[in-house]
Amino acid sequence: MRDFPRAAITGVGMSDIGRNTGRPAMLHLAEAADRALARAGLTRADIDGIATYPGKADNSPGMSPLGTGEVRGALGLKTRWHCAVPDGPAQMAPIMVAAMAVMTGQARHVLCFRALTESSSQTAGRRASIAGAGKAQIGGWLSWLVPVGAMSASNWAGWIANRYFHEFGMTREHLGMVAVAERQFAQMNPLAVMQKPLSLDDYLAARMISSPLGLFDCDIPIDGAAVIIVSAADAASDCRLPPLRIEAMGSALGSLETWDQRPDLTTMGANDAGADLWSRTSLKPDDVDVLGLYDGFSIFVPIWLEALGFCGHGEAKDLIASGAIGPGGRFPVNTGGGQLSGGRLHGFGLLHEVCLQLWGQAGDRQVADARTGVCGMGGGFIAGAMLLNRD
Amino acid sequence: MRPLPELTAENTAFWTGGERGELMIAFCSDCDKAIHPPQLLCPTCQSQAVVTRAVAGTGAVYSFTVNHQPWLPDMAVPFAIAVVDVDDAPGVRVTAPVACDDPDSVQIGQRMVIGFEPSGDVWLPLWSPLEGAAG
Repeated sequence: MRDFPRAAITGVGMSDIGRNTGRPAMLHLAEAADRALARAGLTRADIDGIATYPGKADNSPGMSPLGTGEVRGALGLKTRWHCAVPDGPAQMAPIMVAAMAVMTGQARHVLCFRALTESSSQTAGRRASIAGAGKAQIGGWLSWLVPVGAMSASNWAGWIANRYFHEFGMTREHLGMVAVAERQFAQMNPLAVMQKPLSLDDYLAARMISSPLGLFDCDIPIDGAAVIIVSAADAASDCRLPPLRIEAMGSALGSLETWDQRPDLTTMGANDAGADLWSRTSLKPDDVDVLGLYDGFSIFVPIWLEALGFCGHGEAKDLIASGAIGPGGRFPVNTGGGQLSGGRLHGFGLLHEVCLQLWGQAGDRQVADARTGVCGMGGGFIAGAMLLNRD
Repeated sequence: MRPLPELTAENTAFWTGGERGELMIAFCSDCDKAIHPPQLLCPTCQSQAVVTRAVAGTGAVYSFTVNHQPWLPDMAVPFAIAVVDVDDAPGVRVTAPVACDDPDSVQIGQRMVIGFEPSGDVWLPLWSPLEGAAG
């Protein structure tokens, strides 16, 4: 089915994640890079490519404080290829583009990074994660949301959830099971920011943010960084760990760049990308051992489960209620605690965790003999999906 | 302060029609498809003959959310935001806050009528429950 050389993930690293750390983004990034290089058995001199999402940006506080130029400078990298991708298949875009770069010989080892200081920035400025806040005017797709009072992504995810509830009989209890399962995993991950137990009663008692989504349906702004190293197949032999082959990538998108016009808002761009992913491989959802699914809001998890074919449309509530996504389940999701309990690293943290699982490095939360993992990043109209496996 | 939309050739009719109380939607003159958000080209037939015209200003709630979090210091909460399927413009939804005493009364399928509030150089849409209409 494949007539192109494969790319592989050969190293991942995450900084110590924290809330209101006051630590500069670059120091988080350097720590994540050191850990990824050590895991890969590479040095900075081996890195000849760099990629990030979205690039240095100030669209909301602390959302993307570092660009490729500063990181090349700070880490002393001399690259043959570099790229920042603000407009692609969600937060996964730089990893996908890096895979294409190594497949076409532009680089051998690409350092893909994501750094955020949303926790410190929001605390310092007393400003929430609101795109365009403080500006007089706003353009593009946000102009159809923010000026009419839908300022927060929690509003957009809220109306997706309400429609989904209406059509399929999902309730807040189902979303609560997602939050509780992720917290159970977080308690087995020393790097996760939320370690306190969370019961379904705690979840239901929390204050409402944007109905039907409450506090524990929303991911957590943090300070931190993650690095994913993507290598050419023939270069992966330079590395210490078995390569995690990128078996397939999916980034199809069939609807408009909006959060309210997709004809069926019980689906997202994820459904297009998920179908695209499976059209490019002979593997099936049943081959998957571990899942990383974008959980900026809890409602994205059931939608991604359906998008990636782990159940039919409208059936995710039953899969969730069966316990399949939690510890010991058949399709464990976000085993590091996800963004709901681990912190918002914009998908990079979810992929980091899938890779740890495939290398058998996930500590107390290790899924036995995990060989195949899938990761889906993005909510609303942006989505990218990736299937990884090892021998 | 809440940002206002940047006015463009495509969207000015939508954001200023409220001065006359009109919900202005773009349509293709050649194939008559509604186009929203408005564009210079019809995505169906690529015609450049895109015109805007007033529609009835009514519709049915496709989905909604009740926002409880004050995202800005001067934001009064809670309030409902409705995503409304617009009558006479198939496939078009207009998202706007709902003016009503009880935000928790908003339901999917509920009939709404549009109104507008001036802000800067634009008129922002606002849905209100259509009194006496069946839900």
